[in-house]
Amino acid sequence: MNGVHDMGGMDGFGKVEPEPNEPMFHQEWESRVLAMVRAMGAAGAFNIDASRFYRETLPPQVYLSSSYYRKWLLGLEALLLDKGYISKDDVAAGHAVAPAKSLKHGKFSIPDVERIMVRGKFGRPAPAPAKFKAGDRVRAKNIHPVTHTRLPRYVRGHVGVVERDHGCHVFPDTVANDAGEHPQWLYTVVFDGRELWGPDSDPTIKVSIDAFEPYLEAV
Amino acid sequence: MSEHDHHHHDHDHSELSETELRVRALESILTEKGYVEAAALDAIVQAYETKIGPHNGARVVAKAWTDPAFKKALLEDASKAVGTLGHVSRVGDHLVAIENTPGRHNMVVCTLCSCYPWEMLGLPPVWYKASPYRSRAVKDPRGVLADFGVSLPKETEIRVWDSTAETRFLVLPMRPAGTEGWSEEQLAELVTRDSMIGTGFPKTPGAPS
Repeated sequence: MNGVHDMGGMDGFGKVEPEPNEPMFHQEWESRVLAMVRAMGAAGAFNIDASRFYRETLPPQVYLSSSYYRKWLLGLEALLLDKGYISKDDVAAGHAVAPAKSLKHGKFSIPDVERIMVRGKFGRPAPAPAKFKAGDRVRAKNIHPVTHTRLPRYVRGHVGVVERDHGCHVFPDTVANDAGEHPQWLYTVVFDGRELWGPDSDPTIKVSIDAFEPYLEAV
Repeated sequence: MSEHDHHHHDHDHSELSETELRVRALESILTEKGYVEAAALDAIVQAYETKIGPHNGARVVAKAWTDPAFKKALLEDASKAVGTLGHVSRVGDHLVAIENTPGRHNMVVCTLCSCYPWEMLGLPPVWYKASPYRSRAVKDPRGVLADFGVSLPKETEIRVWDSTAETRFLVLPMRPAGTEGWSEEQLAELVTRDSMIGTGFPKTPGAPS
């Protein structure tokens, strides 16, 4: 979706402000939100792309004015409500009043913690040969899916060069909507700064994205 | 928003904020429904606080600086190479190490959300997840570097890696001069988190930290 989360190349957000000796969490509740998101994901309530999509679909003014973990909280609530794991009555009461729904992987408990500290595997066997190889010139398609996608707007319609392939990976555009993994070839595609930002761009800049094959067309 | 019609805007620290109340309520709901064990949530937080952090990435960088065979393996397949170091947290399959050279500086961003190599660097800092960095890194990386007090020669190529998939990027910074003969442990002390994101350099020997 063409959401406000897709902010590559936008102006006006001001300077980057690093915080010296930044703590891991600024408030205790942030750590609880992180833990709930990880636990409910691991229990099978949703996958990582669905959790991203629910944050992207927050109203733009909410997205821009909420802290990072506040967005995580709002996205988690919306997702769990939508998928029926919690109800509006539960939220209103601040307690479980509606019956629970069964989770694909069951209750998340202490022995599961070790498992989530290892990154998941997103590589899958290739369903078809790769269309592109390193060195190929490709254009990022001018497409505007209204649901989750990982093709940022700032590269759409622009020509780059395939630099490496990463094998086949789970396709976020479908898995985010519970429409299946549909593994796709994944490539690092490099764009020249002037191709993306015009003749006034710093000529020493190159920008790459990791692009799934359906995002690309041969040039 | 919650259905509650009372709000807590007080600045008294004994009052819980609307967000805190909402987080507590959600945690109650999830535990009461039997979805999660409260103690398991504590254990997740503890694991993040103790097991991951930039020290993991620093060990990898320091080893690459001292062991050419490891460096070669790291640049070819970082997941596999890091997997051979038992003491570093397990990184999954999709880690990519990218090498800074005198002619090319690498910088990592996630314009769409906040993708970051947690297993190597810990949880990302607020600035990495915030709009200024996410919006500008791909268009004006030199301006962003200036915000960090970092400047590069005008002719140096700047390569920005936007983490748009599940691949994760670790920058291998250049080894500081004046460290000949240093041990891996000594070198690891010079490797900063920002030098592995590409928004900083390693510390210089003898400089105040």
